[in-house]
Amino acid sequence: MSSVLYDTPGPKARLRNILYSAVFVVLVGLVVWWALSVMADKGQLAADKWKPFVTDGAVWTTFLLPGLVETLKAAGLALVIALPLGALLGIGRLSDHAWVRGPVGAVVEFFRAIPVLLMMIFANAVFAQFTPIASEVRPLYAVVTGLVLYNASVIAEIVRAGILSLPYGQTDAAKAIGMRKGQIMGYVLLPQAVTAMLPALVSQLVVIVKDTALGGAILGLSELLFQIRPITANYGANTIATITVVALIYILVNGALTQLAAWLEGLMRRRKKSTGAVVDIKEIDSQMGGGVA
Amino acid sequence: MFDFLDSPQYDLLGAFWVTVQLTLYSAVGSLIWGTLLAGMRVSPVPLMRAFGTAYVNLVRNTPLTIVVVSCSLVLNQTLGFALGGETFKDIGFRMAVLGLVAYTGTFVCEALRSGINTVPVGQAEAARALGLSFFQVLTLIVLPQAFRSVVAPLANVLIALTKNTTVAAAIGVAEAALLMKEMVENEADALFAVFGVFALGFVLLTLPTGLLLGWVAKRVAVKR
Repeated sequence: MSSVLYDTPGPKARLRNILYSAVFVVLVGLVVWWALSVMADKGQLAADKWKPFVTDGAVWTTFLLPGLVETLKAAGLALVIALPLGALLGIGRLSDHAWVRGPVGAVVEFFRAIPVLLMMIFANAVFAQFTPIASEVRPLYAVVTGLVLYNASVIAEIVRAGILSLPYGQTDAAKAIGMRKGQIMGYVLLPQAVTAMLPALVSQLVVIVKDTALGGAILGLSELLFQIRPITANYGANTIATITVVALIYILVNGALTQLAAWLEGLMRRRKKSTGAVVDIKEIDSQMGGGVA
Repeated sequence: MFDFLDSPQYDLLGAFWVTVQLTLYSAVGSLIWGTLLAGMRVSPVPLMRAFGTAYVNLVRNTPLTIVVVSCSLVLNQTLGFALGGETFKDIGFRMAVLGLVAYTGTFVCEALRSGINTVPVGQAEAARALGLSFFQVLTLIVLPQAFRSVVAPLANVLIALTKNTTVAAAIGVAEAALLMKEMVENEADALFAVFGVFALGFVLLTLPTGLLLGWVAKRVAVKR
């Protein structure tokens, strides 16, 4: 295998690579061994700290699974509400009328420029003061509101990029057969743009899932991260084991979503029917005020 | 309506100064860590490539909140590391920087790697023909060009990092988001004013970064 940076290794280079690999393995091994010995010193490697996750079903049914459900509920609600809102904002930004384009653009840029956590805290306070929402469900409302405000503006940019990625001939042809503006958008541009932006939308879902953890840490939403405290309190201060398991669940869920996005992107690029244009989430991020969260 | 600004109870500028410090320290740290990761991911040693890929994929799919919280909960409270910090305030700040570096480094790495891909193969081939080693090709020929072409994506990573410093509130670092949480609880009658002030603060922090680095990106871009 050859790349920009190096040729296909010959016998000498292969030997050198094996040597580097060996040194690297020893270095990583030393770090791991040191970390494990520190953990063992503090008794974090004891079997009873890790066993509950394998032998005790209660830790899953009482804490982890309800937490995961809450995480997915918040993320799902946020996506379902943010999608149509984002589509509206994205189309609004492409409007022919400056009085629509300007304010919509300002709203989108504003919500993209400020941290999502500020919006969650603000929404929580607003709900507490002005609405009769019960305090048990208030964190969920606040987290979803914050996520919707932020992600609707990101989705608006994805939608805009999706529509702009279509060849202008599509609009021309639609105009030539006498379609009105609304028809061009609804029948010609949007359906094609949706396929182009599907992978980017799935990638954005990863960001939404990750951001729900803020709600658990700051507002007390009983999502996955929030469950770390009750688990460690009930199962004997097994902090490291619990955090490892919780992190693994996040990695599995988000890894699956990332795979899905990559698969969709490949599918879209291969499909003959679409224009083959795919919105790159990195392009959206690489505009001003972008967020990688 | 804005009298909370004069109240000696709240150190607004101090909180934003902590935000700025968190951003700067983490930015320098993640630039170094991200470059190292990118170097590993393009190196000819398969094991280093595997390590780089695994690290990036694992950390990118973990919420930043959990990274920062586990720095505090695992490293400090369970294993007793303090990173040389003496007070609770110091330790929290250093743990937050560590978490932000570990997380943001992956984004720097991905940005750099895409920059490395923009360097024409001919450049590296010419360098190899002159007899430069992999390390020399990487540090003298490829990385300088890669850095110049990724100023704009790195600017976005920096803007995202500025916003992400609010996550440090989860481990009690006294930065802007934590102060805002305290203020919306105490100043219920000035809710919208409080939100406006903090939103403005972040716009003021991120807008110049974007404009300045956007200008720099145009200036230093390699014309091909």
